[in-house]
Amino acid sequence: MAENGSEMNYRLVPSTCVYCGTGCGVLLEVTGDRLSGTLPQKDHPVSKGALCIKGWSVHEFVYSERRLTKPMVRSGEVLVETDWEAALAAVADGLSAARDKHGPDSVGFFASARCTNEENYLLQKLARAVVGTNNVDHCARL
Amino acid sequence: MTNSIAELEDAKVILIVGSNTTEQHPIIGERILAAARKGAKLIVIDPRAIHLSGFAEVFLRPRPGSEVAYLNGLINVIISEGLEDSEFIAARTEGFEELKQAVAEYTPQKVEEISGIPAEDLVAAARIYAGSERASIVYCMGITQHSTGTDNVLSLANLAMLTGNVGKPGTGVNPLRGQNNVQGACDVGGLPNVYTGYQRVDSEEVAKKFEAAWGVEGLSRQPGLTLTEMMDKAARGELKALFIMGENPMVSDPDLGHVREALDKLEFLAVADIMENETLELSHVVLPAASFAEKDGTITNTERRVQRIRKAVEPVGDSRPDWEIVCALARKMGASGFDFTSPEEVFEEIRKVTPSYAGITYKRLGTQGLQWPVPDEDHPGTPILHAESFPIGKGKFTPCEFREPAEMPDAEYPLLLTTGRLLFHYHTGTMTRRSPSLVREIDRAFVEVNPADAAELGIGDGEAVKVSSRRGSVEVNAKVTDKVGKGVIFMPFHFAEAAANVLTNSALDPVSKIPEFKVCSARIET
Ligand code: SF4
Repeated sequence: MAENGSEMNYRLVPSTCVYCGTGCGVLLEVTGDRLSGTLPQKDHPVSKGALCIKGWSVHEFVYSERRLTKPMVRSGEVLVETDWEAALAAVADGLSAARDKHGPDSVGFFASARCTNEENYLLQKLARAVVGTNNVDHCARL
Repeated sequence: MTNSIAELEDAKVILIVGSNTTEQHPIIGERILAAARKGAKLIVIDPRAIHLSGFAEVFLRPRPGSEVAYLNGLINVIISEGLEDSEFIAARTEGFEELKQAVAEYTPQKVEEISGIPAEDLVAAARIYAGSERASIVYCMGITQHSTGTDNVLSLANLAMLTGNVGKPGTGVNPLRGQNNVQGACDVGGLPNVYTGYQRVDSEEVAKKFEAAWGVEGLSRQPGLTLTEMMDKAARGELKALFIMGENPMVSDPDLGHVREALDKLEFLAVADIMENETLELSHVVLPAASFAEKDGTITNTERRVQRIRKAVEPVGDSRPDWEIVCALARKMGASGFDFTSPEEVFEEIRKVTPSYAGITYKRLGTQGLQWPVPDEDHPGTPILHAESFPIGKGKFTPCEFREPAEMPDAEYPLLLTTGRLLFHYHTGTMTRRSPSLVREIDRAFVEVNPADAAELGIGDGEAVKVSSRRGSVEVNAKVTDKVGKGVIFMPFHFAEAAANVLTNSALDPVSKIPEFKVCSARIET
């Protein structure tokens, strides 16, 4: 746990493994401002202190080189980096244009079995209340 | 799940069907093995020999696609031997006579002809399942990913109700959800026909409720399109714009050639994701999303337990959590009602409009979570569903007739291809294949071939082969193994460069709209 005077600030953050629907309890290890490991949560009602190999390494992908770090918009054949303002405006324009020209049901949304409840809730609210379509689904079936 | 994961340890019998539990849900697999150590009998039904089949009292290896036939067969044996729970059937169910008639023709001999399961093994499995006071059924995509998936699930429910294995600890019909928040994405309305808590979009009363809650008018009463239907409409040029949050359809969907064609036709495609993936090359805008360790929120596991994830570190680069992205986008489109400053505020709105989540707060979730339904803040949560009654009163038996899969082996494509997952990888591999510890274990696709078929085709173990179906072909190395039965081949679907889903059939179950990933016909050449 973090203590004043310790050389490296080390913390454990309780969370949930995201690699399958079992939902085992993990403690994310944070050293300084970076993830440094994953430990099992001993008193978790499902996993009771156990994790499988995926759970033990669930922090590893976070610093992958293939993480997306900048918004991008297409210019011809390539995607070019841009700022959030411009990227969000481009999405708002793309969705609005289709809705205005072809009607709300010409627009679709894929929610995600890998995002949080809050995020999926907001996406279906956007589809239904803002665009006006019930075309929202996720890959539960896949 | 109707029951809880921890209860599995107290079951006397566990029927595992179409779930390679120790690879796909390892910690649940551990619970099943712990139950076996305490004396529980395991019945495993799977087209492949799996780790758990080594511990099974009875292991049935049916031909993929024959699920309804052998489940009706189990029911047939139980009824003809008088092993059903008559008291439970009388008090809690209806439709027993119809079921009895429908399964009469599914004798063990007939089931053997259809499925390849030896008649005496089927009888043994039926006796073990029906002969115990507490039997639990655990199933996964080996049951659902068929063009008869809905019938397969209904048949499992018939089996459980027939023997009174419902509403008590250590019983139930328990689907294991593949991805971490499939349950939650469904719970909060990430489906075309329902709002949160499975409230129907075509109900006038429900639509009015959401119009009031969201301060809008004219919400559509018309159920929307499923994901596979959206792909079809896109391919026909009728769906024009698509926003994809955290999905990679270019590896996960059936018949990938068709998916590419569909996405290519769109006038506008935007993707929010944490990783580079195969879908980006077709996108007009790409938004970098934060990972689970970089944001707060809740996810709901396969036993309906709502749990917290917590922000441990700042998002990498300029990435942002999806909740922030969606709110910013909605505001850009001129909407009100998206001024949330934290996921907790969003959750407060969810529980206001969702009766089964009404009593859940971030504070109550702590580090243990709560299992819905939680109707109010004093309610302790619900580990077991249907303890006293079913939501529609009496449980209804639904007789199902066996139908062949949409595509069966023939002269041109003589083998039956089935697909699945491996322990070390997750879905399309965008996360696990960037994880050094997991890539070290396995990072290549393969196809499992039975030794008899391999001998006939002249294929050696480890040899490079071409696997083809009517939709395409991929090159992989062969693994010669008797894990699969004769005439059946197996491929994992995690690997984009040899994507099993180039081959799979997008034929859908008519009700659930789940594609038939588990059966298509194929051939192998060297
Ligand atoms: S630790 Fe393993 S079993 Fe538990 S949630 Fe993660 S992937 Fe699933």
